[in-house]
Formats: sequence, C-alpha cells, structure tokens
Amino acid sequence: MPSATTTRDPAPPACVLDRQGLDALVQALRARGRTVIGPTHRGGAIVLEELRSAAELPYGWGVELDGGHYRVVRREDEAAFAHSAGPQSWKNYLLPERVRQWTADRAPDGELTVRQERHPPASYAFLGVRPCDLRAIAIQDRVLLGGWHRDDAYQARRNGAFLIAVECTEPGATCFCVSMGTGPAAGPGYDIALTEVLDETGHRFLARAGTAEGAEVLAGLPQRDADAATRTAAAEAVESAAGRMGRSMPPVDLHTLMASSLEAERWDEVASRCLTCGNCTMACPTCFCTTTEDITDLTGDHAERWSRWESCYDLDFSHLPGGPVRQSGRSRYRQWLTHKLGTWWDQFGSSGCVGCGRCIVWCPVAIDITEEAHALHQEQLARRAAGEGTP
Amino acid sequence: MTDPPVPYRVLDTRPETADTVTFRLAPAGRALPPFAPGQFAMLYAFGVGEAPVSVAGILPDSGLMHTVRAVGAVSRALHRLRSGDVVGVRGPFGTGWDLPLAAGDDLLVVAGGIGLAPLRPLVQAVLAAPQGYGRLNVLVGARSPDDLLYREELGGWALPYCGVTVDRAGAGWPGRVGLVTALLDQARFSPAETTAFICGPEVMIRATARELLHRGVLPQRILISLERNMHCATGHCGHCQLGPLLLCRDGPVVGYDRAEHLLTVREL
Repeated sequence: MPSATTTRDPAPPACVLDRQGLDALVQALRARGRTVIGPTHRGGAIVLEELRSAAELPYGWGVELDGGHYRVVRREDEAAFAHSAGPQSWKNYLLPERVRQWTADRAPDGELTVRQERHPPASYAFLGVRPCDLRAIAIQDRVLLGGWHRDDAYQARRNGAFLIAVECTEPGATCFCVSMGTGPAAGPGYDIALTEVLDETGHRFLARAGTAEGAEVLAGLPQRDADAATRTAAAEAVESAAGRMGRSMPPVDLHTLMASSLEAERWDEVASRCLTCGNCTMACPTCFCTTTEDITDLTGDHAERWSRWESCYDLDFSHLPGGPVRQSGRSRYRQWLTHKLGTWWDQFGSSGCVGCGRCIVWCPVAIDITEEAHALHQEQLARRAAGEGTP
Repeated sequence: MTDPPVPYRVLDTRPETADTVTFRLAPAGRALPPFAPGQFAMLYAFGVGEAPVSVAGILPDSGLMHTVRAVGAVSRALHRLRSGDVVGVRGPFGTGWDLPLAAGDDLLVVAGGIGLAPLRPLVQAVLAAPQGYGRLNVLVGARSPDDLLYREELGGWALPYCGVTVDRAGAGWPGRVGLVTALLDQARFSPAETTAFICGPEVMIRATARELLHRGVLPQRILISLERNMHCATGHCGHCQLGPLLLCRDGPVVGYDRAEHLLTVREL
C-alpha cells in the first residue's frame, strides 16, 4: 500500500484483494469485535445475515427481478455481488423493526420512575452495501439525526457501523439508481469500497479506503497494489452497469411534479390496483415511519414503551378523533409516493427514493414507482396541453 | 433527543364541560424547559400511552395546565386522574404562537370549542403586557353553552372585544347563536394591521381564515394551529405529516400563507 508520503494524490490509493483477501477482510473485522452482516443465499432469496466467513457470500448466484417477481438464478460465473437489492435493507439493523425506548415503574404511592433504555453498543460491519443503499443510509441519517431532536439509539447503532460498499456491476431489471443519481458508482460515506472484477485474469476486488479505519483494515490484509488492468476493468464494469438500468424516472423535477399532481386522476387508477398492504414501505430502505406501543406487565405497575415500524398505508396511521384523515387507498398511495419523491425534499432536503427498485419487486400487484411517475408526468403534460389549447 | 417522560404530579383537576377536564401539573422532580403559548406536551398516562396536548396555561415554578377532551384511550385515562397522581410529560414541542410577529398589531384570537385551550396562555401573555399590541379581540364559538371552556374566566378578561357564540342555544342562553365568523363585525381591528390566531376544527379554521383574507388581513398574519396525531413529537415517526409539513416540528402553529393550499386538498 502506498504510504502517507503520497498524499498529493487526492484519489485514495487502491489495492486488489482476491477471494482469500475478501475472507481475510471478514476475519479481520470479526477479530476487531464486529458482527459482519452481508448477503447470503437462503430460502430462495439473497438475504442479509451474519457472515462468519466470506465463503457464505452468494458466489455464483444472481437474481431475476420484475414487478412483483423475484427469483434467485445460477450464474455462469462465480461473482459474489452480481445480485441487486434483496428483500431486506440495512435499516433492518440500523433502525430495527421493534425497539424498546424506555420502561416505567409505578410505586404504591403513585410515584413514577422512568428509565431510558440503554442499548448495548452495536458494532456492525456491513459487507456489500450497494451505492443506492449507501445513499439510503445517508438519507435516514438526515431524518433521524439531522433535525432538532436526535434519535440517540439510532446514533449509537450508526456510529458503530463499518460500511463496505460494493459498487454495482450487475443492475436488476427494476433498478433505476442512475435516474436518482445514487449509483452505480459508490458515493461518499463508506469505510471501504470494493468493485468486483471477473475476467480472464481472475476473480478479484478493487478496494479503496474512505476513512482512516478503512485504510487501517485494508493495510492488514493480503493484497497487492492496484494494477492498471484491474482499475480499467472495474471502471468499465461500473460504467457498463450505468447503461443497463432496467427502469428510469421521467427526466423532470419530481419534487415539482408531485406538488402539482395532488389532484391527478392517476391516483384513482393506481388505487384500483393497490392493496394498501404496505410491503413497499417495509422493503424501502428509507421509509422510517414508526408507531409506539405501550405495554404493561401483569402487575400493572411496570410499563414499557416500544417503537415499531409502521406504514403510511395503515388506516390508523392518520388517526384523529374524528376518524382517519386518509380514508381512501387513493390518498394513502398518494401520501407514500408524494412523500417519497416530493415532500421529502421539503422535510429533509433530498429525495426519499434511491432507485433500488425494492418497492417494485415486492409489490404483490407489481405497482411500479417509475411507471406511476411517468403516468403523472404524462397527465401533467396533457393538462398543460389542454390548458394551452383552450383560450 | 428522545428523552423519556418526566414525572409531573397532578395538583388539581376540574371538570370543564361534560367531556372536558382541566388539570394543573407540577414537576415531581426535575422540570422540563419552559413552554411557550401554542406549544404542546406529550402527556403519558401510565401504561396506556401518550397524547399530544397543547398547554392551556403556563404556571409559576414550571407548572403546566392542560385541558383535555375525552376522545380516546389516553385522554379517557387522563380524565381519571386525581390530585396527587403522577403523569409523564415530554416537551416542549412545536412552534408556538408568534407573538413578536404581532407587535403593535390589533389581535384577533378566534377559538372553536377546545381550540380555546391553546389560545388561553396567548391571551394571558398579551394581557400581561398589553402595551406592546393594539386592540385584543377574543372570539369564541362552541357547540352549545354547556360546551364553553373557561366561562368565568372569559367574563373577567378586560378586552376591547370579547364575543361568544354557540351553534345551538339552550334555554336561558342570552347570547348569540351562529358561526364564530359572524362575530367579526363587532370586533375592533384594522385588517391591514392585524394578526389573527385561530384554533378549532379545520372547517372552522378555513372559514375564519377565508373571511379574514376577504377583509384584508395578510395571509402570513393569520396563524392557525393544526391537529395531527403526533406519536414521537420529535420529527421521527412520520404521523403528523400535512404535505410538506411535519406538524410536530413545522407546526402546530402555521402561517395561513403556507397552509392554505394544503387545507384545500381532501385527505392530504
């Protein structure tokens, strides 16, 4: 590895790991006390699980994706990261489905003692964070840490997470990170970024450090300096992926499109298909909504407050004393889409969509967020044309 | 900051109307930071849950007054509180009434039903420093005479104009019957130099704000307090969205210039 004497080069130094080097990475992180989470093939899907060795990565497996369709397929090569987003995302670890927030005990005289939950410090290493998901983590950071109030439990889990991004070289048919500006090359935020290269010269991973800890971990692995051929092959693989996106968003300002589409007719059409099941919100790597559950034990004097994922598709989500605000499926789909692509900008300064395509894949009736955005765009164009046509 | 609730002890409770109760709280130990008129607290009924409730009074020594209508499990549990009981309180949350905006202006305080509760500390703040403002008008609407909050107190406020109207009068009601907007003809204000503070059912807020716009009050000088079902009150749970607004953070008090177009979309 080039040492600190070559700091004139602003691009971080790169090295090459082979498959043994990748396993050494997993072992090095485990030796540092980290729980390594990464993709593995189980139950007919590529899922995220604790990895004890890099051998558990889904070498040789790819995925076949479409609206409401997910199949794991054997590849002709031995690629480890030639699959796009699976059913889970990193929020399953950073913002777990159910978290105890505090407990309260009531004394016989009515006095209340409230104890904030102290979460044991999590120390994760996420191996295989796709560029879209790297952005998704940054977006959730903004929601949960960027405001006046900070979610301390999230902060602790987030601080303890070491991120190994893997650039995308095999996009799925439902991917559209290029139109969301989130991939297929890795943006900032990683500790280490890898690009998988598989050609006649062999199977290897171009690696760069994004942080001091990343550099330290890389320095301890069996590796060699990055050669020009590997660098070129890696760059070409990512560039080629950018040209093979299965989907795209309309080339307009989606924030404005959503704000001007609140009364669009398209909502009725999509509502006739949407089951309001909330799958898209569970699979989405940025959806953050939660509800609270208050429970007591049998004595009635010990109470707990839990937070739990909730979906804006639940009728109760918009509960008010007079009844739910969003009673129709139409209004609930509209809430989800206009928030994701539009009002997220107003609330948190970015889009809430990263183009991972999970909502398309895991929708039981194959509703496609890109198709809906295109339809709203077409309807807007038609409205404008009609408006201009009438004196 | 996702701090857990802080214990507050109930000093006293007083039935306000058939379905509304007012209670005063004092910190059982540590006190929360001071609340401003228009802000809200999350009140925790032990083992039942939390509800967002505006402050109806800001008392000495970090005390709080709340007026709660029984509409759900939590508010019914809050109704069962007796003096000496302990509740959990989180806050202060949200935007308050922007009184500095109204400096020198005539003030219109327009309340519908329980909407008078978050406006009460605003009226008290103005009455405590009247020299900073023009004429203070308080316009109150309720379903019936029996649903009027703070009846005795209302009569004691020394105001250029204080009007009360009800939807349905009972026997012996000498006052007015009709919409709260009908009281505007008696109120004393110069529309171009007026700040309005409105809280009540959304339909009443819209009707009042429209009438004020029509009379020449500037939309950014019409402040309204909106209701959504806050769960976390810290901007993290997503429940209180109204289009681009997270009402626990950007509200509950919002300028009508920002809210008008959002209130015209059904089921937003």
